[in-house]
Amino acid sequence: MAEIYDLAIVGGGPAGLTAYLYAARARLNTVLIEKLSPGGQVLVTDFVENYPGFPEGLPGWELMDRFVAHVKKLGLNQVRDEVTGLEFEGELKKLLLASGKSLLSRTVIIATGAKPNQLGVPGEKELAGKGVSYCATCDGPFFRDQVVAVVGGGNTAVQEAIFLTKFARQVFLIHRRDKLRAQKILQERAFANEKITFIWDSVVTEILGQEKVEAVKVKNRKTGEEKVLQVDGVFIFVGIRPQSDFVKGVLKLDERGFIVTDAEMRTEVPGVFAAGDVRSKACRQIVTAAGDGATAAYMAEHFLATQ
Amino acid sequence: MGVCHVTDQTFEEEVLKSDIPVLVDFWAAWCGPCRAIAPVIEELAEEYAGRLKVCKMNVDENPITPGRFGIRAIPTLIFFKDGQPVEQITGAVAKSTIEGVIQRILG
Repeated sequence: MAEIYDLAIVGGGPAGLTAYLYAARARLNTVLIEKLSPGGQVLVTDFVENYPGFPEGLPGWELMDRFVAHVKKLGLNQVRDEVTGLEFEGELKKLLLASGKSLLSRTVIIATGAKPNQLGVPGEKELAGKGVSYCATCDGPFFRDQVVAVVGGGNTAVQEAIFLTKFARQVFLIHRRDKLRAQKILQERAFANEKITFIWDSVVTEILGQEKVEAVKVKNRKTGEEKVLQVDGVFIFVGIRPQSDFVKGVLKLDERGFIVTDAEMRTEVPGVFAAGDVRSKACRQIVTAAGDGATAAYMAEHFLATQ
Repeated sequence: MGVCHVTDQTFEEEVLKSDIPVLVDFWAAWCGPCRAIAPVIEELAEEYAGRLKVCKMNVDENPITPGRFGIRAIPTLIFFKDGQPVEQITGAVAKSTIEGVIQRILG
């Protein structure tokens, strides 16, 4: 007879790790399924300065090291695998894994997060890893004294544009509107940074280059004017998409594919919860992911107690 | 067998002259996703011991080899067979994705 867990948590980012912390303290028999080392999207964040309690800020990987250390103190039971499907056997939930194995659990928290959107323009796929990047902290140091473009106008785009000025001699920030969406404190820093040149109302229509990125073709949405900017790298931060494919048709998703829950993280299926960036909601931050994880674990414990 | 650590100096001997295919993981300490795939790389080294050699190269300490292979992103995994790069994966991907490539190479 296979082991039946009280709780299976899918995904080891801030939401999943916080859920694990609360579940372990509630003494639930818990398993965390994560395909890589725990950490999630925070691992690509060069510096976190909006997580309460860390007034000096810290690198994303260091914050996640602390999350992992906290959970390990309680004994982390991690299965390194990828969940490919969710099925139901009566009251039990069955998670199908990429390795061909499966797991049975009474409750499930889905905390699989999101991954960066692609632009979907010619040259993007072909030049990925050859100047096209979605991670400034990974790839920024390869562009010392070179010229790079950053695409996007949200928090990530603006923060990473500022980070890239540590290496690049010039950073073009290409944004489709005439103002930024990023938090004001980031906007102030970006506008004050002499290395950043703003290209407003513009979209990238093609990334050019043979062996590596050589230029981007940019089109102004208002005037229709097209121009080519010579750059060595293109960093793309144009939003995220949820990692929810494995529950398509099983759980209710919103029009963008995020999992729909109530305010207590409950999906439509009793005993199945969602937490963090994969959930349909307005504000996606490390601190809100952690909050979701705590709520989901609390509700899973409550669900088990009332069964 | 475990993971071998190669440098600009040992790359030729360890990787290009290897009798069996080699997977090289180009990484650096400041790269979060490199940390994320590290345990997967170690697992692969154990599981394919004798059939596939698994090495890591720190790009901070070894500038020549990454430049030679045009590496502008990490983590990058390059598979070498008979001294030639035959496949490349960029970014932290699932173990199953890496194994798909390994099986293609080992035939």
